[in-house]
Amino acid sequence: MAYSDKVIDHYSNPRNVGTLDKSSNKVGTGLVGAPECGDVMRLQIEVDEFNVIKDAKFKTFGCGSAIASSSLATEWLKGKSIDDAMKIDNMDIVEELALPPVKIHCSVLAEDAIKAAINDFRVKNGLAPIESEKVHH
Amino acid sequence: MDLPIYLDNNATTPMDPRVLEAMLPYFVQKFGNSASRNHAFGWVAEEAVDYAREQVAQLIGANEKEIIFTSGATESDNLALKGVFEMYKEKGNHIITMVTEHKAVLDACKHLEKLGARVTYLTPKPDGLINLEELVAAMSQETILVSIMYGNNEIGVIQPVKEIAKIAHSFGALFMTDATQAVGKIPVNVIEDGIDLLALSAHKMYGPKGVGALYVRRKNPRVKVTAQMDGGGHERGMRSGTLNVPGIVGLGKACELGRLEMQQDAIRLSALRDKLENALSQLEESYVNGNIEHRLPHTANISFKYVEGEGLMMAMKDLAVSSGSACTSASLEPSYVLKSLGLSDDLAHSSIRFGLGRFTTEEEVDRAIEVTRNAVTHLRELSPLWEMFKEGIDLDSIEWAEH
Ligand SMILES: Cc1ncc(COP(=O)(O)O)c(C=O)c1O
Ligand code: FES
Repeated sequence: MAYSDKVIDHYSNPRNVGTLDKSSNKVGTGLVGAPECGDVMRLQIEVDEFNVIKDAKFKTFGCGSAIASSSLATEWLKGKSIDDAMKIDNMDIVEELALPPVKIHCSVLAEDAIKAAINDFRVKNGLAPIESEKVHH
Repeated sequence: MDLPIYLDNNATTPMDPRVLEAMLPYFVQKFGNSASRNHAFGWVAEEAVDYAREQVAQLIGANEKEIIFTSGATESDNLALKGVFEMYKEKGNHIITMVTEHKAVLDACKHLEKLGARVTYLTPKPDGLINLEELVAAMSQETILVSIMYGNNEIGVIQPVKEIAKIAHSFGALFMTDATQAVGKIPVNVIEDGIDLLALSAHKMYGPKGVGALYVRRKNPRVKVTAQMDGGGHERGMRSGTLNVPGIVGLGKACELGRLEMQQDAIRLSALRDKLENALSQLEESYVNGNIEHRLPHTANISFKYVEGEGLMMAMKDLAVSSGSACTSASLEPSYVLKSLGLSDDLAHSSIRFGLGRFTTEEEVDRAIEVTRNAVTHLRELSPLWEMFKEGIDLDSIEWAEH
């Protein structure tokens, strides 16, 4: 299967690879997927006092599309309010990276990781997690 | 060095230029139908087919009358399994095979189950080899056929074919082997090994695609298979259809080269394979899959824990290799062969198969080592699992949210 140029770019030069201090109250961590499924994504956000995402980092075990999806997600997250971040849809990622249908689940994983990171941050700061009612494509 | 480097010779091999040369006259000048008995065009073609039949027979220690030309190993497997079942089903309906067989065998067995066959699918030992005691235990008076491959396409393990044949025969069953990956690479002899039916394919041994053969024993015992295609009654009535003369000439030439060059190829390739394997085994948390003693000389299958196979292959774009990862196939299931060895899904997802061949050079192997090492290191830097492993976190203690 041929990968799009954007996938190859994110894969070869992944943005924001790394680790934030997960014990910090300002940091939300989302760990999704499972090794048995061949994909695990960890996405972290650091949020400032105005509820804006200052920094985002990821590490991903998975195929090229999963790595590219998470790299792209960290780029999009930086500078967004957490409310706007919550609105990132996996289909936006599919479109941006031109993922073929068999790779849609890689983008779903990225969306799940974003939501999990935001909810981790909310719970740490005494807020209720936001339930996602979305049915995935 | 031309890039990418081809290290997927278990999937298919490039054709040897000498094979092409042998084939060329049979397209335009010597185009005759080998079944045309009444003119020179037919005779020339028939002579070429007869010669190729001898070349194939000689490689596996058979008589030329025992070689049936087919379109490849898939057809040979189907003809053997379905043809034997149809011919011998009055005698019994039980077939024994292994879960590590090629789909051509497994799916033919599934088909026969619908027609009333009872099929036992043996699980290998963790090193990929058959458990002979389990084979004996599975045998019964109803068993008409034992079908176990010679060398495995994914991990390269070589089954103890002689012992399997003895067990099958002691219960009055026939023994068939899919030797697609073994013929031309290691010595295969139908008499010494006790093989009754054998499938082979030209494109795995530097011959053309779309041509293969089925060996069907004619003496002690005389084996018969029911034809699976109706038509002109070619190939002693077992396989109708005008013969693919250029393809068959190519198969014959490939077999001859295999017979003459097998030994030197095997010595050279196993040294290169060991070099590759030793270098890559030095990487932390890498595991060689399958028995390393009883193995095809040109195959290495290695799992690199904490990196995913498809992601890895993308980082190894200068190499043409294959992965046991689910994500490379449409099924989203990791390799059933690796899983049957008891490998956890994550190790199966992390595996790469390196298949060397006659045209692989040492320079290419050195480059492959370097590319693979860099790719594994790059992906581990990206891998949350690697980080956890390095921090001493037990991955099994984590409750993974499966999506
Ligand atoms: C063990 C084995 N059997 C059968 C086949 C199918 O061979 P062919 O492509 O000639 O149909 C292959 C090739 O993939 C193989 O490796
Ligand atoms: S992570 Fe499995 S296909 Fe992308």
